[in-house]
Amino acid sequence: MTEIAELVSIAFAAAIVSNPVLTWFLGICPFLGVSRRLDTAFGMGAAVTFVVTVAATLTFLVQRWVLAPAGLEVLQYVAFILVIAATVQLVELWIRRFQPDLHEAFGAFLPLITSNCMILGTCLLIWLRGHDTLPRAVVYAAASGVGFTLALVLMAGLREELEEADVPGPFQGAPITLIVAGILALAFMGFAGMGRA
Amino acid sequence: MTDEARPIDAADEVAGDAALAAADPNEDGEPGAVDRLYRGLLPENPVHRQLLGMCPTLAVTATVASALTLGLATVAVLVASSLAVSLLRRWIADHVRILVYTVVIASLVTLVDRGIAATLPDLHRALGPYVPLIIVNCVIIGRAEACARRSTPVVALADALGQGGGFLLGLASLAIVRELLATRSVLGWRVLPDAFEPWVIMALPPGAFFTLGLLIAAGNAWRDRGEPESATGTREGAPVSGKIEV
Repeated sequence: MTEIAELVSIAFAAAIVSNPVLTWFLGICPFLGVSRRLDTAFGMGAAVTFVVTVAATLTFLVQRWVLAPAGLEVLQYVAFILVIAATVQLVELWIRRFQPDLHEAFGAFLPLITSNCMILGTCLLIWLRGHDTLPRAVVYAAASGVGFTLALVLMAGLREELEEADVPGPFQGAPITLIVAGILALAFMGFAGMGRA
Repeated sequence: MTDEARPIDAADEVAGDAALAAADPNEDGEPGAVDRLYRGLLPENPVHRQLLGMCPTLAVTATVASALTLGLATVAVLVASSLAVSLLRRWIADHVRILVYTVVIASLVTLVDRGIAATLPDLHRALGPYVPLIIVNCVIIGRAEACARRSTPVVALADALGQGGGFLLGLASLAIVRELLATRSVLGWRVLPDAFEPWVIMALPPGAFFTLGLLIAAGNAWRDRGEPESATGTREGAPVSGKIEV
């Protein structure tokens, strides 16, 4: 397979077949918490996609050029979480200063992202799944962000409809959201086996 | 995310809880050690009531063995980080505290991760990214922020054991249901007869969402038993959690 085809296959698998939210359970907190309205779901998705792409690039470089040559792989978790925290801070400063439109769109979500397990999870999965060149890692991360946004937006659409529904008392709030998420996950299982898992 | 959680009903912290609080008060009216321990287990259960730490809850509960491994690893990190934060509380400057907590937790998780990799290599491989993801489990940093940073080590330890135990209980409750229905057995013990057709879906991602949704709904129904339906709209009070992760 040529490299381009390989990248497309990685992207498809990351965004759809092994959707980070619906098969890896990454980023469940925003998936349940910020999926009430379509526009906030989009904003959160955009912020996560942006940060995960930058953070994955930086953690890839740190792992490849700093930790591995120094034999310090054991410090991977500490190094990654610090890189992610710093990335979020820098991205926030940068878009506030130079990209006021973007800041308007998703600035409010940035501080919440450091502790979003989707970011750290994606940075770690790059190594666990052997995406060992920079283009593959970046494509995997960006596509994971797109998959996260997709799940969030689908969920927001469903929940906007759900507001009209008469949900039985004990199921109101979190339970019905989880059941709907389960049905959504069931639908995504239809993609199982397609592309590079 | 806690805005999703149903408010914790004052009636939950029934007589027994009130008696514990009265018997074990702190000088400044903060809940005491015994109270902290009990709260985490049931009334403020991180999984069922506060909906914290959802990612590992859903991801590792396909089998009881992996749920217990990750649950115990989380308890170990939570206890150690709460003790460390409590002991260091006078020296951690307020504006860098989250960073300090994160580094402490990440270092502890690295230790636990190496320990599991050395003793249970197969389980370690099966758990994949979820052991390192303990770092961003909001239960842990939430307890540092909500309790350990202004408590004595004894109270912090009790709080960590309570919340950690509650997390372990939550994980176990989910895993037992899922493994039983998906494989007819729990931890290798055959429970259901051959006539029961295994529900394979329970071992897969949708089963995790369904099981947790149904368990929380069951908890809500049990709590609301005997109440007229209109009463659900009038609950007072907010879920008690240190950090609201979104």
